Amino acid sequence: MNSSLLVWIILAPLIGAILNGAFYFYHIKRNKVSELTFSLIGTITPLISFLITLYLFLQMYDSGVIFKQHLFTWLNIDKLNIDMALLGDNLSIFMSMFVTFVGWLIHIYAIGYMKGDEGFGKFFAYFNLFLASMLILVLADNPIILFIGWEGVGVCSYLLIKFYYGNKDNVLAANKAFIANRVGDFGFILGIIVLFFAMGGVNLSFESIESNLVGVEQSLLILGGFLLFVGAMGKSAQIPLYVWLPDAMAGPTPISALIHAATMVTAGVYMVARFHFLYIEIETIGLFIAYIGAFSALFAAIIATRQTDIKKILAYSTMSQLGYMFIAVGLGFYSTGLFHVFTHAFFKAMLFMGAGGIIIALHHEQNIFKIAQHRASLPIIGTTFLIGVIAISGIPPFSGFFSKDAILAAAFQEGQYLIYAIAMFTAFLTAFYMFRMYFILFVAPNKHTKEYVYTSKTITIPLVILAIGAIFAGFLNLPSVFGGEHLVDTWLGQLNSKTIHLSHSTEYVLIFASVFIALAGIIVAYNKYSNFDVYKPELEKGFIGNKFFIDELYDLLFVQTTKGISVFIDRVIDAKIIDAFIMGSSNTFVNIGKFVAKIQNANVRFYAATMLVGMTCIFVYIYSKLGL
Amino acid sequence: MISLSSYAFVSMILFSIGVIGVIARRNIFVIYMSIEMMLNGVNLFLATFARYHFNMDPQVVTVIVISIAAAEAAIFLSAIILLYRSKKSLDTDIFTSLSQGEKS
Repeated sequence: MNSSLLVWIILAPLIGAILNGAFYFYHIKRNKVSELTFSLIGTITPLISFLITLYLFLQMYDSGVIFKQHLFTWLNIDKLNIDMALLGDNLSIFMSMFVTFVGWLIHIYAIGYMKGDEGFGKFFAYFNLFLASMLILVLADNPIILFIGWEGVGVCSYLLIKFYYGNKDNVLAANKAFIANRVGDFGFILGIIVLFFAMGGVNLSFESIESNLVGVEQSLLILGGFLLFVGAMGKSAQIPLYVWLPDAMAGPTPISALIHAATMVTAGVYMVARFHFLYIEIETIGLFIAYIGAFSALFAAIIATRQTDIKKILAYSTMSQLGYMFIAVGLGFYSTGLFHVFTHAFFKAMLFMGAGGIIIALHHEQNIFKIAQHRASLPIIGTTFLIGVIAISGIPPFSGFFSKDAILAAAFQEGQYLIYAIAMFTAFLTAFYMFRMYFILFVAPNKHTKEYVYTSKTITIPLVILAIGAIFAGFLNLPSVFGGEHLVDTWLGQLNSKTIHLSHSTEYVLIFASVFIALAGIIVAYNKYSNFDVYKPELEKGFIGNKFFIDELYDLLFVQTTKGISVFIDRVIDAKIIDAFIMGSSNTFVNIGKFVAKIQNANVRFYAATMLVGMTCIFVYIYSKLGL
Repeated sequence: MISLSSYAFVSMILFSIGVIGVIARRNIFVIYMSIEMMLNGVNLFLATFARYHFNMDPQVVTVIVISIAAAEAAIFLSAIILLYRSKKSLDTDIFTSLSQGEKS
């Protein structure tokens, strides 16, 4: 069905971004604009997007229609036909529902967090722009439009990581994020090109790709699927392109919450689900994705156990949870993976916002041991933080349990016992490092009793709303073993996901095992950290503390090699070979010129003698020619 | 009757002396006189052949050359005076400021 409302989901935050940007310029050039103006524009526009999405969702729920909107034909060259068109099917409406909702809440939260900041208006302009780009990505009707959004979120992420660009580390972190993403994006665009050729140049919308997929050579599909996944590796921070995500925490905390936890990093999972028809055809790449996901999950979880920076722990846990999502989508359980994206958005955004509240209250202290030393009561943030930690650890009936357990069951059902074992061990580690952080932050005794003074309603209210979501979101996809109806799976029925059809007794065993292993992680963390002496903090050292020296390895492998090649080209090839050739030829001309100039010595007698010789020669020549 | 070859010989000697004077001497005045000598060598040649062929055309050319040489003398002498004023010398080797090399 055609719907002209679809484009307004994107346009609302885009207009917000432009207005905020314009007001910000006015603010810095002429007169002060109050923070209220910025925050009103910044929060109302995502709300409009959310309401439109909700309206479309309800309409779709009633009648089951799929919305489409063709804006204009962007390119039409021979066979290449790219329409600027939007697609609002079950998947994209599902995705944009929680993107706009969580995004809206984080916008509200940012009002409190950024209060008094010089770049208040700029922040909201970027933030709205990010939301608009993310919605372009989600609502795109073809891979090219998706790629516009894909790049747009990358740019916004870059702009927001280096929001405090006065600090060199932030700029370096932003560059790192952008460059690591470029590697992935390069793969992504190559993937689109491969698909284009594989299709023989049909209209490149998702629909026509899906219907033209039959009969295309398997090797081309494998290549295309793999290259597209390289893009997902970059955007969703999987091995080997994950290195940017922990450093991206240099940005303000609302950014970490929205971009680097709840929405942008899940774009890779969304993309794989969007191309589900492609990945169903190529199970080897699916398995590869699942393994990458499993190892990323494990790897990040191991690193997270030794980190001391509150935001970096959360960043690694994000990477770990993204690994779970890729296990699910790689094995063909698309709706299960997206369900984890959905629940993860709630509890991870909440954890980040809680962390942000703590950081603000302690005047930008991020080391968990130092925070613990100065801790006093912080009831709302403490409670919501606990809810988030429980949710991510997979304790029933919190949302994380349902989504994570479904992924574990999926791996088990597919017979991928290695992935299942890795995922189980990661679940143990997840519970351990999350509760390590919680016990150090809120439980371990300290001598400090002073109350925090900083409270802001705009910080606590979104936290409470998200906490409710983190508790209850899991029930949306209640599995049949608990008498549920798989609402999310049913809603995303178009994806042809595999479903879990284990016997109930097997499922009970699996659930018992995963709960047991999570509880084991919590108990280990409790024994070690509940009475931890926060005045003797752990240091980030050793093999794990140094993040397996991966950054150093990459530095050696890529940065130093590139630098070496550049220096070689600069010093040897350029200076010694190319310059020698160019300068040599010009020097030859200069030397010839100098020699000729010696004749022009202004000596009249010499000129006369030359003339004489010349004329003599001419006469002799003429004489001999005439034959006299 | 003096033979034709004698006239030609004399005019060639005059011309050659002029050429050698231009090339070998450094004094501008001497160079100027050598140039005049070359002109006169040519004039003599033209006049001789005019008589020999009973054709007056070469004699017309001779007269034109003489008159132009007179006009040229005025310019030449004034140029020499200016050159002398600038360098207080008439040595041609000093007047090399048009060359690319050393200033003089």
